[in-house]
Order: sequence, then structure tokens, then C-alpha cells
Amino acid sequence: MSRRPVGALPTGLLVLGAIYCLLPVSWVLISASKAPGELFTLGTLTPGTGLLENVRELNAYRHGVFWRWMLNSVVYAGGGALLSTLVSAVSGFALAKYAFPGRNLIFNVLIGGILVPSVVLAVPQYLLFSKLGMADTYWAVLLPQILHPYSIYLARVYASAAVPDSLLEAGRIDGASEGRLLARVAMPLMVPGMVTIFLFQFVAIWNNFLLPFIMLGDDGKFPLTVGLYTLLAAGANQPSLYNLIITGALLSIIPLIALFLTMQRYWRTDLSGGALKG
Amino acid sequence: MRTQRLAIAAALATLFAAGCGGTAETPEAAPATAASSAPAGPVSLIYWTWAPNMDKIVAVWNQANPDIQVTVSKQAGGDDAAAKFLTAAKAGNAPDLVQAEYQHLPSFIAADAVADIAAETAAVKPEFSAGLWGLVTLGTDAVYAIPQDSGPMMLYYRKDLFEKYGIAVPKTWAEYAEAARIVHKADPKVYLGSFSSKDPGWFAGLAQQAGAQWWSISGEAWKVGINDTATTKVADFWGGLVQEGVIDDQPYFTPEWNKALNNGTQLSWPSAVWGPGVLESNAPKGKGKWAIAPLPQWNAGENFSGFWGGSSTAVSATSKNRAAAVKFATWLNTDPQGIDLLVKEAFVYPASGKGQAALGTPPAYFAESQPDFWQQAATIGASARGFTFGPNVGVTYNAYKDAFDKALQDKSPFSASVGTMQDTTVADMRKSGFTLAQ
Repeated sequence: MSRRPVGALPTGLLVLGAIYCLLPVSWVLISASKAPGELFTLGTLTPGTGLLENVRELNAYRHGVFWRWMLNSVVYAGGGALLSTLVSAVSGFALAKYAFPGRNLIFNVLIGGILVPSVVLAVPQYLLFSKLGMADTYWAVLLPQILHPYSIYLARVYASAAVPDSLLEAGRIDGASEGRLLARVAMPLMVPGMVTIFLFQFVAIWNNFLLPFIMLGDDGKFPLTVGLYTLLAAGANQPSLYNLIITGALLSIIPLIALFLTMQRYWRTDLSGGALKG
Repeated sequence: MRTQRLAIAAALATLFAAGCGGTAETPEAAPATAASSAPAGPVSLIYWTWAPNMDKIVAVWNQANPDIQVTVSKQAGGDDAAAKFLTAAKAGNAPDLVQAEYQHLPSFIAADAVADIAAETAAVKPEFSAGLWGLVTLGTDAVYAIPQDSGPMMLYYRKDLFEKYGIAVPKTWAEYAEAARIVHKADPKVYLGSFSSKDPGWFAGLAQQAGAQWWSISGEAWKVGINDTATTKVADFWGGLVQEGVIDDQPYFTPEWNKALNNGTQLSWPSAVWGPGVLESNAPKGKGKWAIAPLPQWNAGENFSGFWGGSSTAVSATSKNRAAAVKFATWLNTDPQGIDLLVKEAFVYPASGKGQAALGTPPAYFAESQPDFWQQAATIGASARGFTFGPNVGVTYNAYKDAFDKALQDKSPFSASVGTMQDTTVADMRKSGFTLAQ
């Protein structure tokens, strides 16, 4: 009985948190269902009647350029997150398990890198890529996102906790090369950590606006964020295409939700793995 | 979105502060370097624009001109578009053609990002009114762009509700103030209009109407006069109405403002000729109920208007195919076919005089209430006067938003905000290395 009030407070807080997170999403959902004429006339939480019409209009907008942006976003976020995860895992493992001169220096520089917001780097990166003749290419958006100090930091922390030294020693005694140790022993143990990094990076790149905004000139290479922004800022003398933007925003979070739902089980292994080890 | 925009502005602004200081002293003509001899084989041009359906318009051109193929890259419009173009120009990645809002053109010129196309455009000069042409020459002998669309200002009002509240269409701003009091007294939920602290372009247009000259070039130096008597008069007029509480202070284009227009709790809007598109999408219930009139005047018997918005087509200084680019820009903005497409597909109010005269059918939204919409617009447009924009309009416009937001919050006099705009603008120009006249 006496445990009740103790449980009520955290539950209440969590419920508040859930409302805080879900309210904007439900606003987007409800607004996306409103036809252009209903958007500013119906009450905020009253669903409209135009969802299918909005989707159809978005689909037809400039010959379906929205889906091209969606595909671009998948390429940037999927490719970028995958490469970033691999680089982070390898570097994190190396930093955690090998003692070599300069290790701490490298690690400290990385930690310093976490403190530099990527927004600050976007313009210098643009100028660099322009010098290389690579501005306005897919690489211009992919490459800068691959090296991510925070992910390397996470990978190091995870590797030092999840990969026991004794296991590596055993592998070495059995004659495995270092590469084989990494691929066959360390990586499988690091999967939950890598999934975390992948998801972090995927969401970060998916939502990234400034870098692609500066890097890309060709609207066929835009990701969703920049593409939808061209609908919003359609010039002072053009009405913004609000219904298309809101519908587009709704559709653009669906892949994220799907990704989280499918990736969730890897996280569960992570938690149970920890529990077993005690 | 707002913070994101600020971040962009901040990031790009730092770049320019660092990059442009040395060269940006006067709006001197960029030296003509590009060879204008026609190259062999098809030329391909990149065109940055945000006008809707521009790809369709360009498709017509491409079909007829296999030698000059234009690719449209649709960008976000507004202040960020200008910043992005400047960044690209700085890095040597500028497109051949760019849509340039009149207020941002001077910053392009100061950064040597757009070409002087005076020689190629001499023939089309008579197509445009002197006021518009001044916006692309800055009063010099050079020509930096071809005017595309323009935004003379007028008063949009709810005909039916003006009758209901028994007010006449105000001919002077004094009558406007009086009408605002009557309406608000009759129904405290209803306002005659709103003062927007988020739309510096709107305020600049009203200042132009009052005869303001925010920037001017004297010899080698810039003169900044944002806090001149005309602008201060406009600011204090609106400040007084807001203080009295008889005018709303809801920024334009917000959901609340849209709602007020739609349900008839806001009766008028001093806006530009492109207003019908906004009204149609944001206030669908008002169809057939809105009409237009000239802006109220400062002195009875006068007839002036200002400009809000409008843009031009500029050729970037680094374009390797300047002649071809100018040829396309000329076709787009002066050829009857180009203008016709601009009007029908991109829904712009063309800058070309012939194009304006050719407009017949009124916008559907006004078909019943103002069948002579375009004729009215042309008459009003002829009375519009603009001013030379400076090289850092973005800074000035941001200062407007900050200062007037603050004035609304603190209920401080609006004329002080105009002073803040002046000080911020001057400080920024000094920092960027412009020569300022006293």
C-alpha cells in the first residue's frame, strides 16, 4: 500500500512527458487531414476532411518531387548513418581496447569535437567542398556526417563495457588476427550499441536542415527538410502551401516511426544483456 | 522554424562579415569580364528561382531554343534565398541566373555577385516604369537585373462589412484612424486592420508611400536615413493606433490573422497587388466580398503608393554564358509569350508595362466585387514610388522585427524602434567596411 504514492509520481511524470511528445504529432496528424479551406477555420483539434486530397495534391506537386526528396532523405540518412556507425564502431573499439601513444590525445580532441555544434561547421564545410568541386553533390551531404565525435565516444564507452578483455585474449591465443577479432568477436557484442548509434545518426541526418540547405543547389538532390522548406518560403507574394507542407511533414515522420518500431528489439537485447551480466 | 532561420542567418552573416569587408565599398559596376561571344553548341544555364511552375515556363523556352537550355532549380524564397545565393557566389558555385528580390539586389551588387548587363538590356528599358527601373540600376548607369514582378500597394477591404459598420473607404490615414475607432467601438472583437511587427517589407512600402528614402548613394558613399521624418511619421501613426487599442497587433500570415480575415473580424489590409492569392488561400470565406482602393494618403488630394515585394532576374557575375542568360531573362520578362506564361503559371503581377496592360480577367476571388481589378491595380501602380535599397537590407529587416516586437511588448513609442533600425543598419555597414556619408 505504501508503495502507491511513490509509483504515482513517476507515472504522472511519464504521462506528462508522453503528452508533451505526442501532442505536436497529433496536431500534425489532425492538421494534415484539413483541406486548405478548413485549415484556419476549423478548431485546432477538429479533424478535417481533406487528408486524401492533400496526399493526392502532394503526390502531384511538380510531378511527385516529394517522393524524390523522400528517397534522397533515405539515401542521406541511411547511407550516412550506416557509414557513420561503422566508422564509429571501429574507432571506438580501437580507442577502448588498444593502448597506443596518443590515444588519450585523440580521445580528448574527439571529446572537444562534441562541444562544437555542427551548425558552426556547415559554412566552412561548404567552402571546403566547393574548393574540391564537390559542392552540390550527394557526397557533400554524406561525407561531413560520417565522422561524428559523439558516436565515437558512445562506441568507446560501449566497447569497453561490452567486450571483455579476456575474450579478446582468448581469441588471440587461438590465433585470430586483429581484424578477425574485430569482425567476429567484438562487432557482434557491440551490435546493441551500434544500433543506438545508427538510430541517433539516422534521426540526426534525417532532420538536418542547414548542411543540405547550404550544400545543395539542385532541387533534385534536396532532402525532405530542404524540399519542404521551399514550399514554406515560396516568396513573399506567394501564399505558402500550408496543407502540402503539413501533409509532407506527416509523411516524413512515418519512416522514422517504422525504423524505431523495427529496431526496438535490438534495444531489448541490450537491456537484457545488461541484466544477465548483473 | 524561426530559430532555424536565425541560425542560418547568423551562420551566413558571419561568413559575409569576414568575406566582403574589403571589396564592398561602393556599388560600383562590376568589371565586365565574361566574353559575350556566342559559344558553339548548346549552352546550358542553371536558374535559381522560387516562382511557382517556373519549370513549366522554362520548358516552353527550351522547346523553342534548343541552343540555350535552361534548368530550373527551385529554391526557398525570401531572405534565406539571398543569403544562400551570396554564399554560393562567394564559393564560386553561383547559378547562371537568379531570381533577386529588389531589396536584396544591392547586397548582390556589393558582393560583385551579379553582372552589369546594361549593354544587353538597353533595348528593353522602355518596357518598365522609371520607378521599377531605378530598383535594378540603383540610380547608376549600370543595370544589374531585369524586373520580373512588382508589388504596388493598395488597400484591400471588406466591402460588405464596411457598409455594415457604416464607414466609408478612408481616403487619408486620418480617416483610416477614425474608421478604426468606429469599428472597434461598435464591436470590440473587430478591428479595421493589424500592425505587423513581422513584415518589414510591408512597413518599407508604407514608408515609401510617405516619401521616405532609407538609403541613397552620394558619390562614393552611402547615406542611411531610416529614421527620417516620413518613416517616423508612419511609425508613430501605427504606434498611436496600437496604443489606443483600436488596431490589432497580430502579425500577418499567422494562423490567427488568417482566421480573423476569414471570419470577418478584420476588415482591411494595406497590402500589395499579389494580395488575391493570399486572400484566396487563407480567407476562402471572403470570396466576392473584398474590394480594393488606393492606399489612404497622408495629405488629402495626394496620390502616392509604395511597393511591397517584387523581384527581378539577375545574371550572376561568374556565368560563362552571359549573353545566353540575358537572352533568356529578356524573353521571360519582356516577350509577350514569356510574360503571359509568368502571369498564368507563376501568378505574378508582371513588371513590364505592356504585360500589366494586357491583364484582363480579374482574379476569381474578386470577380464579383472588383471586376476591374487589374485596371485599378494599374492606376494605383502608376502612383507607386520606391526607394533605393541598401546593401544590408537583411540586417535592417531583422532589426525591424526585433525592435517592433519589443515596442509592442513594452508598449514603448514606435519612433524609438525606427531609431534602433537606423543605428543597427549604420553599425553593420560600418563593420562591413562601407563608406558612409554624414
